[in-house]
Amino acid sequence: MKTFEYHKPSSLDDAAKLLAQADAVALAGGMTLLPVMKQRLNSPSVVVDLAALEDLRGIRENESKGVVLGAMTTHAEVAGDALVREKLPALAELAAGIGDAQVRNRGTVGGSLANNDPAADYPAALLALNGSVHTNKREIAADDFFAGLFATALEEGEIIRHLHFPIPEKAGYKKFPQPASLYALVGVFAAKTNGGVRVAVTGAGSEGVFRVPELEEALGKDFSPESVPEKLSDGVEEKLLNDIHGSPQYRAALITALLRSP
Amino acid sequence: MSDNGHGIGAPVKRVEDFRFLTGRGTYTDDINRPNQTCAFFLRSPHARAQIKSIDAAKAKSAPGVVAVFTGGDMQCGGIPCGWQVTDKNGEPMKEPPHPPLAKDKVSHVGDQVAVVIAESLSAAKDAAELIAVDYEVQTPVVDMEKAIAGGDVVHEEAPGNLCYDWELCTAEGGAKEVDDAIANSAHSVSLRIVNNRLAPNAMEPRAAIGDYDLASGEYTLYTTSQNPHVIRLLMGAFVLGIPEHKLRVVAPDVGGGFGSKIFHYAEEAVVTWASAQIKRPVKWTAERSESFVSDAHGRDHITDVTLALDAEHKFTALKVQTLANMGAYLSTFASCVPTYLYATLLAGVYTTPKICAGVKAVFTNTVPVDAYRGAGRPEATFLLERIVEQAARKLGVDRVELRRKNFIAPDAFPYQTPVALQYDSGDYHSSLEKALAMSDWEGFAARKKESAANGKLRGIGISTYIEACGIAPSAVVGSLGARAGLFEAATVRVHPTGSVTVFTGSHSHGQGHETTFAQIVAEKLGLPMENISIVHGDTAKVPFGMGTYGSRSLAVGGEAISRALNKIAEKARKIAAHLMEADAADVVFANGEFAVKGTDKKKAFAEVSLAAYVPHNFPHKSAHDDGEGLEPGLEEQAFYDPLNFTYPAGCHICEVEVEPETGAVTVAALTTVDDVGRVINPMIVEGQVHGGLAQGVGQALLERAFYDDNGQLLSGSMMDYTLPRAKDMPPLSGLQTATTETLCAHNSLGVKGVGETGTIGSPPAVINAVLDALAERGVTDIQMPATPFRVWSALQEAGK
Ligand SMILES: Cc1cc2nc3c(=O)[nH]c(=O)nc-3n(C[C@H](O)[C@H](O)[C@H](O)COP(=O)(O)OP(=O)(O)OC[C@H]3O[C@@H](n4cnc5c(N)ncnc54)[C@H](O)[C@@H]3O)c2cc1C
Repeated sequence: MKTFEYHKPSSLDDAAKLLAQADAVALAGGMTLLPVMKQRLNSPSVVVDLAALEDLRGIRENESKGVVLGAMTTHAEVAGDALVREKLPALAELAAGIGDAQVRNRGTVGGSLANNDPAADYPAALLALNGSVHTNKREIAADDFFAGLFATALEEGEIIRHLHFPIPEKAGYKKFPQPASLYALVGVFAAKTNGGVRVAVTGAGSEGVFRVPELEEALGKDFSPESVPEKLSDGVEEKLLNDIHGSPQYRAALITALLRSP
Repeated sequence: MSDNGHGIGAPVKRVEDFRFLTGRGTYTDDINRPNQTCAFFLRSPHARAQIKSIDAAKAKSAPGVVAVFTGGDMQCGGIPCGWQVTDKNGEPMKEPPHPPLAKDKVSHVGDQVAVVIAESLSAAKDAAELIAVDYEVQTPVVDMEKAIAGGDVVHEEAPGNLCYDWELCTAEGGAKEVDDAIANSAHSVSLRIVNNRLAPNAMEPRAAIGDYDLASGEYTLYTTSQNPHVIRLLMGAFVLGIPEHKLRVVAPDVGGGFGSKIFHYAEEAVVTWASAQIKRPVKWTAERSESFVSDAHGRDHITDVTLALDAEHKFTALKVQTLANMGAYLSTFASCVPTYLYATLLAGVYTTPKICAGVKAVFTNTVPVDAYRGAGRPEATFLLERIVEQAARKLGVDRVELRRKNFIAPDAFPYQTPVALQYDSGDYHSSLEKALAMSDWEGFAARKKESAANGKLRGIGISTYIEACGIAPSAVVGSLGARAGLFEAATVRVHPTGSVTVFTGSHSHGQGHETTFAQIVAEKLGLPMENISIVHGDTAKVPFGMGTYGSRSLAVGGEAISRALNKIAEKARKIAAHLMEADAADVVFANGEFAVKGTDKKKAFAEVSLAAYVPHNFPHKSAHDDGEGLEPGLEEQAFYDPLNFTYPAGCHICEVEVEPETGAVTVAALTTVDDVGRVINPMIVEGQVHGGLAQGVGQALLERAFYDDNGQLLSGSMMDYTLPRAKDMPPLSGLQTATTETLCAHNSLGVKGVGETGTIGSPPAVINAVLDALAERGVTDIQMPATPFRVWSALQEAGK
């Protein structure tokens, strides 16, 4: 790790000012940022710790009865929170399945979404639940947020404050872990929302998380495992990753297998 | 002899665990020397390249930098190989130079190019970024089959990338006789087997501190080693030219080795040498990503095997042709692993009369490959147990019955195999029958049905293995090309008040020697564990020993201790006889007491030891030392050279469940019955088996060091290299381990060794179980590791 300036601002404005400097980066749980700094793959000169920003904390209900997560909410907090477990059990389950206990106690939902790792779990939830990202500048709909591998609509220095999740009629998340990392080799989030069925897949896409219209259509008719087709069209396979852990064909098979499993 | 509850056979808790479990161990990285500097190695990002030039000027003048050295600065010998294998034409193996810092070329990703020594690690890393290396990148040699087909070579010294082409054939008529036997047999089966390449991943990464003392001219190397004397010999005599009396090697607590810490590594030589250049201690500790590309890897064979059987299904001949990857350089044991530790085991537990093995050792632009827990025997066992399984399936006969039919009979010992080894003892039927009963082999069909009802494919697999350990008789290994002896040494020092320190040449890096060896002392001297300390890992303290690998510590090192203890008992008896004015022949020693037969005269062990150091009335020796008289002191040493290898053997049974939609394999049960000879501590034996099984499951289902065509290690971190986790093992209710016992016939303890049984016996049991599960879907073969992707692909392929 190279030397850097460390700041821990207590107001959002101060944080934004600090992050406006060249080569500045926000620090949340550090589960992703610190390893890459140690490996010298990223050597920022200013690190702005978001830990003291009260505005980024907490879990509550919003006016439209959706669940709001502060960006600094840890995976463990999401997994154990009574409100989340009651209203969005699939999200609590997803959070409980991230990494290991240490990672869940440090890693945050904001950090995970800002990072947009193609194998991370939260992106699938945000996209399938048609959630939105509230930053210090604006509100970004899930469909507009993800922009390819490790890329998002966030501008330089923009800070995620909250994540809004509307409550679906029904939802579920299934993950088949990549054997070594235990990140998602394929993760599928299916939600029946008032705007229709949305299915988002993480882990498998060569451009990161994506929706699968043919599955949304099939599940839109009947939201049950039985209505999931046995095989996806070739068009889906073309979008999938090929690496030592799985071919596009295998990943495609996992998508349907996960949805079809009871 | 002992009745204090600490002797042989007692499940004594490991005395070292308090220190390990509470973070009080002292590992190499915990050691800091005054005025110490930090070393960082700049490593090659290319698998194969010529070094046109290295410009280190900027790095040398960077803040905090003490020195930067490259290959040209270090005039020294190359890293040597410990075994000379002679190929089938009588030619010595090819030994290309292995400079500790690259000269002119780099030969694998991770090869050391330069060392930066600085006041802090981050200063060293910053400076390393300033070194400009001009590489002329070349096409690397990665695939073994392509490597020997002609074309690019890793080293000019090894044409065709061949280190050696070696053969071990039973039959006088050589390979042809075995070929003829196969052609004339009623049946034959063949398989191509890839033994996957593994990255060892000891919990503690390698580390080394070189510390040159200007005042005395002595060097000390603190290092993560399984055998400090071997490092001293190899580095002192071959690389740096430092005589033994000026070189001390300390291997303190070591956090796992699994073979990867046997070998002499370049970094050890560099920090030792550099400390004399800068006249300050130099410390280096590997990071995990460095370990992946600089620790010797394990296994990596491609083998074609054919087994022939007669009409009654007795094995008639076995032919094996293996390509064994050496990587870019010959590591310390590399050449002997796929020859003497592999081909000699190809009889297994069977009476196959004719065997021929040909082994081509191949250089590639990858990390060196060397011994890894099991070393050669897992490779032999895996191919044997796979081909026997395949034969049973092809012939439609019961796989257990086929094994029974071909076992070496319990009354056939000593049994001379057709591949050089002579097994001294064993009973393969009893371990098989016990394992079958424990695993409820008969009840499998019902469990399979239950799994099927849940949409799962269930399979059961078996392996009956043997291994050779307790390496090794020096005369035998010498005739096979070993450049060292493989005895072991022990000194037993009895202190005046009767406590005991044992100095052993074995080295513990997790095995629990401090407990097991103390139990031998407790047994033989009748002392409680608290009165006994075991010292290892420091050439300044312990006698010249060969260290720990090949499950040799108890069978060779323990036996050396036992023999030194015999000498202690003998001398103490003489002293006791003197003290009690009796004839030594009338003094009996039991439970820590010396008594004169037929009298009530007694002396406690501590009274005798005190007298040994307070010899106020000892009869003096004559001026010419004619054997009369009593010498003060109570300290004895033994060097023990074994008469034979030892031969643990046993039966492993595995049960798996496969989810056909995803290919996920769950290990439902593992049953092991191992004959490891006499058990000194059953709890430690069980622990060794559990650990070995986890690594066996790792090889069978999870682990793969995977190089792409550019010679880049794609699974070079924990993100892509799958180590076994607790969840990958069966639930405790499904994990059963037991032992049977036939005593080793050629050591006094009767012990055989248990360090490697888990990694040797289990992989074929796991794979045979996976294939048993997949058989109903038409799958007949699968390579390790049977990852979900591989299993799913095999099912797709078979379903076409
Ligand atoms: C061993 C291990 C296993 C893991 N397994 C999984 C897994 O199974 N599934 C999974 O989804 N993830 C997994 N992760 C990743 C984990 O969830 C991380 O916590 C997450 O990716 C990043 O969150 P963080 O709070 O640690 O962010 P940090 O590492 O602190 O930051 C990550 C990035 O996000 C930026 N950032 C952080 N917060 C904000 C914000 N509020 N506004 C704008 N930018 C911000 C940072 O600048 C940085 O670029 C694993 C991580 C590890 C180390």
